[in-house]
Formats: sequence, structure tokens, C-alpha cells
Amino acid sequence: MMLAGLLIAPVVTAVPLAFYGHRRFAPAINIAGSAAALLFSVGLAWQVFEQGSVQTEGGSFFVDAFNVFLAVLTAFVSMTTAAFSRPYMAHEFKQGRVGPRRMRLYHAMFQLFIFAMLLALLTNNMGILWIAMELATLATVLLVSLYRTPESVEAAWKYFILCGVGIAQALFGTTLLYFAAERVLGEGGTTLHWTNLNAAASSLEPTILSLAFVFFLVGYGTKVGLAPLHNWLPDAHSEGPTPISAVLSGLLLNVALYAVVRCKILVDGATGTNRAGQLMMALGLLSLVVAAFALFLQRDVKRMFSYSSIEHMGIMAFAFGLGGKLATFAALLHMLVHSLVKSSIFFTVGHASHMHGTQQMDRIQGLIRGNPLVGWGLVVGVMAIAGLPPFGVFVSEFLILTATMREAPFLAPILLLGLAVAFAGLLRKVQPMVFGAPSAHQVPVRAAHVPVLLHLALALVLGLFIPSFLSQWFETAVSMMRW
Amino acid sequence: MSPVFLAQVIDLLSALVLLLGFGLLAQRRIYALLHLFAWQGLFLAANTAIVAYGAGVRHLYFSALMTLAMKVVLIPYILHVLIRRMKIERDVEAMVNVPLTLLIGIALVVLSYNVMSPIQEFSTLMTRSTLAIALATVMLGLLMMITRRHAVAQVIGFLAMENGLFFAATSATYGMPMVVELGVALDILIAALIFGVFFFQIRTTFESLDLSKMARLKEDVGE
Repeated sequence: MMLAGLLIAPVVTAVPLAFYGHRRFAPAINIAGSAAALLFSVGLAWQVFEQGSVQTEGGSFFVDAFNVFLAVLTAFVSMTTAAFSRPYMAHEFKQGRVGPRRMRLYHAMFQLFIFAMLLALLTNNMGILWIAMELATLATVLLVSLYRTPESVEAAWKYFILCGVGIAQALFGTTLLYFAAERVLGEGGTTLHWTNLNAAASSLEPTILSLAFVFFLVGYGTKVGLAPLHNWLPDAHSEGPTPISAVLSGLLLNVALYAVVRCKILVDGATGTNRAGQLMMALGLLSLVVAAFALFLQRDVKRMFSYSSIEHMGIMAFAFGLGGKLATFAALLHMLVHSLVKSSIFFTVGHASHMHGTQQMDRIQGLIRGNPLVGWGLVVGVMAIAGLPPFGVFVSEFLILTATMREAPFLAPILLLGLAVAFAGLLRKVQPMVFGAPSAHQVPVRAAHVPVLLHLALALVLGLFIPSFLSQWFETAVSMMRW
Repeated sequence: MSPVFLAQVIDLLSALVLLLGFGLLAQRRIYALLHLFAWQGLFLAANTAIVAYGAGVRHLYFSALMTLAMKVVLIPYILHVLIRRMKIERDVEAMVNVPLTLLIGIALVVLSYNVMSPIQEFSTLMTRSTLAIALATVMLGLLMMITRRHAVAQVIGFLAMENGLFFAATSATYGMPMVVELGVALDILIAALIFGVFFFQIRTTFESLDLSKMARLKEDVGE
């Protein structure tokens, strides 16, 4: 019941928004729809908490400790983003950057995008997972080009083409997976169910699965934004409207990584080695280092934080690849806190760029004096994302570093270097934006403070202690990993 | 008809699909490109139908029909209408180094055979020899998307790649489960429609579908 409600809520919300998305009450519908989804997701989480994993009849949908917290996170961030988007999009509408038709498109597609991500998280079928991932791209691609500037059209096209190339590889991987599974589980719709595959993983042909994983990693890895397949990400995340940047960076990357990890569990079961993990570690470290140095070159503030997302996805991919209890636990925690902090940063950055009428960092000055909550929100957000205590990111990064020291000490210097460079880059760029006298062209805007405060408070709480239900889920998820 | 004969027909049709993949790589004229793509879809549909007959897999007939409807009729028709409406029938793409691209294509085919040969060992199906060709078709589509600078050509590369993926599913396992196949087809259809929207957006912002004018988003260092 909860599961059906969770999936239906965004679709039902999208329908009126497609027709009345430009009216004054549209943002309220948007928020209400996301809030309904959040309620259902909490109900579902309660169910999982009480009975362990939940499966629908026929096994088409499957909720366990691994995807339930991501589903709640997705619903939660989509609700706060909807709350943030209300003043933000009203400003864009008033400035004439988007007309009524595009407001309708924006609101309807926002909900469909949430639906696609929830479908990807909750489905048990590896084929449907692919379909939902592609659907998520399709729902957002027209939103990236919403402003119809040459830059945004270019960004959207790049996003569409490069992710299309990537995701096609994942479909080939799915074909190979089905090929291997058919020999063990027989033909039919339930063969691609993750639960069935997982149960039979040890009898799947390792040669085929190893090859399939390469295709999965390239395919879904493109969507995670792992280097060297990350080219589209800074463009797509910086040219679209800021609420979309927040959900792309905060949620979609997580969902793509979730897909990679689900595949990894199957492959590890078949091969009995951590070869898949080593591939993930290599790409993860490469992304971390590439993105950390790229931070220094940025002029556009949203672009810079997109690179920071690549950096953090690299850390997570590395940690999942490293495997083991500690690293996996830390990676799960990192998924949660990164998405909270990164979306809150995008909220403040969105307001900051409205105040200055530009996303160029050298034209944004004196945020704290201009609007203390926005300014301090950005400072605290950046401190949290850079990994300073007492925020959650510090805890997860510290745990990942500890695990690296223990399991693969020769990689620890690279990890540390990446973290340090990223830290320096962020601080150097953000300082002039927040401190000092406000620039002359700064104008006040109506800002949504609650989402930012809420996200940062949660990130802080997670840095101080982890509630028992969450750690219990993480432990269960960790025990599912084979390596 | 004997299974050996059927297997040979399947091989022949697969070879034609691959050949058309090369044709797509080399063709400069946008309109001719569309025709080549439709032919590729036709051979693919025929191949699927023959596999369905030879292996006695009923649901593959449906897949063949769906391929025929989508890849040979519907999507080429949509693209045809778009091309006519945007008056770009006569567009000829300036391409550098076609011979080199074709050589890379050949290398990709060899690579595909190399990658797939250990996998083919596990297959007992009549289509096992075409598995490598399917991967090669995907790779050629990918190469086309990377090398071409015209928006329509990139889209046809995308669709050709999808042809290869469908082909792979047919040759590896006689097709994916029906739910998945329908879902994928729906995604492709939506993608084709969005591509159409994009053609207009690109044309109005860049005044042409030649994407070499798109170069605004780069890391600007220094200045």
C-alpha cells in the first residue's frame, strides 16, 4: 500500500501541474505532492523497520535496508527542493526568463523526474531499473535547456547524447546479465529480478558477469559522473534552473551509484573476487583527483559545486569498491550526508546568484552582509561539504580514510591529496563571495531559508550521532555486500 | 527449411546490418542517412522474424513487428517530417577523414569479436555467431555519435546503437522479457520525440543544426 502510494503520488501530482503549472497555486501543489510522497516513504520505511525487507506480490518491487533510506531521502529532498523552488521560480517568472508554458513543463517534469528515481530505487527488475534511469534523463533533459540560452541548449544536448551513449552500455550489460541468468533461472520475466539473481549469484557464469560489469560500470558510471565520463555533468548541473541542479546533484547521482552497487553485489557473488570493486576504486580515485583540481579553474559557482559532486561521487565509488564493513558503512552514510549538504548549497547558491544577477563568482561579493542567512548558510554548507567536523561528511570521510589505511594503505596518500586539494579549492573560491562589503549591484531577494536550515541541521545531527534505526539499516545493507 | 539454411540466412542478414552500420558512418547526406537507417531496421526486423521462426519463439514475432513499426516506419517518418519542415533535406555534412573513421570502425569490429568470443562459448542458440556483430553495431553507432557534428546524424547514431542493443538481446537470449522490451521501446520513442523538440531549439539558438558551433561550454582558464 505504502509502496504503491509512494510511486503513484508523483505521477498524480504531475497531471494537474502539466495543465496549471503556471498558476499561483502550482508551487503549493508541487510541495503537497512531494509531501505526500514523503509521508508514504516514511510509512514504507516503518514497514521495513518492522518486518525487514518488503516484497510485492510477484516480486516486481522490492524494498530492503539498502534502498529504503534512499527512497526516504529522495522524497525528503524533493519536498524541500519544491519548497525552495517556490520563491526561486517565482523570481524567474517575474524576470521573464521562463514563460507560463515552461512553468508548466518545469513543474510536471519535476514530479515525473522524482517518479523515475523512485521507480529506479524500488523496482526489483534489472531491466526496469535501466528503463527508469533512462526515464530520469528524459524527464530532466528539457529542464536543463529551460532558459533556451545557447549555453543551456548546448548543455542539454551534451547531457542527452553523452548519457545516451553511456546508458546504452548499461543496457548491453543487462542483456549479458540476462544471458547468464537464463542458463540458471530459465526464461521469463522474473529471471531479471534482483532477488532471484542474488540468490543464484554463485552459479552465474563469472566470465559473462565480469564482462557485464564493465558495461554496467561504464553505463551507470556515466550517470554517476565518474571520470573520465564526467564531461556532461558540470554543464548539465550548472545551466539548468537551480532546483533542478539541486536534485540532479543531490539525488540522481545517488540513484545511479545505487544501480552500480546492486550490479556489483551480483558480480561479486558470481566471481568470488573483488575485481569489480577494484575497477570502481580506480574510477573513484580518478574522479576525486580530477574534480579536486578542476575546482580551482572554475568561474561559475554552480559549475564549481558540480565538480564538487563529481569529487564526492568518486569518494563513494572508491569506498564501495574497497568493500568491507567499515568502508561500505561509510559510503552509505556519505551518500546520505552528501546529498543533504549539496542540495542545501545549491539552494543558497541559487539565491546568491539571484541577488547578483549572475553565476560568475567574481561578481558575487559580500553575501553575509547582504543576506546573513544565505551567506552563513553557504559558509556552513561549504564547511560541511569540505569535510570539517562536526558535520556528517567529516565522519564518513574519516571512516573511509581509516578503512583505506587498513585495507589499502598505499592508496591513502592519493585519497588525502584529493581531499586536501578540494578543501583548499572550495575555501579559496568561497571566501571572497561571502565576506567583505556587498557589491553595488546586489539586490535583496525573497529567500527560502527553511530547506537550507533543515538540511544543514540534519547533516550536523548525523555528524554527532547516528540514530539506531539508521545504523541498523546500514548494518543490514553492509551485510548484503559480498566483499 | 533446414536449420543450417536458416542459420546462414541469419548470418547474411546480420552481415547486412553491420554493413549498413558502416554505411551510416560514411554517408554525408542527411536524407540518405535516414534511408540507410530505415534499411538497417528492416534487416533487423527480418532477422528477428527468422530467428522467431527457426527457434519457434512466439514472442519474437511480436518484437519483429514492433521493430518494423518503430524503426522502419514511425521513427524514420517522424525524422522525415522534421527534416522536411526544417528544410534541411539537402544538408551535406562536412566530415574530416572518412577513411580514418572507417578504419577505426573496422578495429572496433575486431575488438568486438575479441571481447565476445569467450562469451559465445556459453551459448547454444542458433544465433550465437551474431553476438559479436551485435556488439560491433553498438560500437559503430557509438563511433558515429562521437565523430559526427550534425545533430540529425548524432541522433541517427543513437538510434543505430539502439538497433545494435536490440540485436544483441535477440542473439544472446532470443529477446529480453516482454516488460523490459516494451519499456525500452517506450523510452526510445520518448527520446525520439524529445530529439525532435531539440532540433528546433538548436536551430533557433544556433541557426543551424551543425553542432560545431556549440563550443561555449569549456573550462575557461586564464583569459
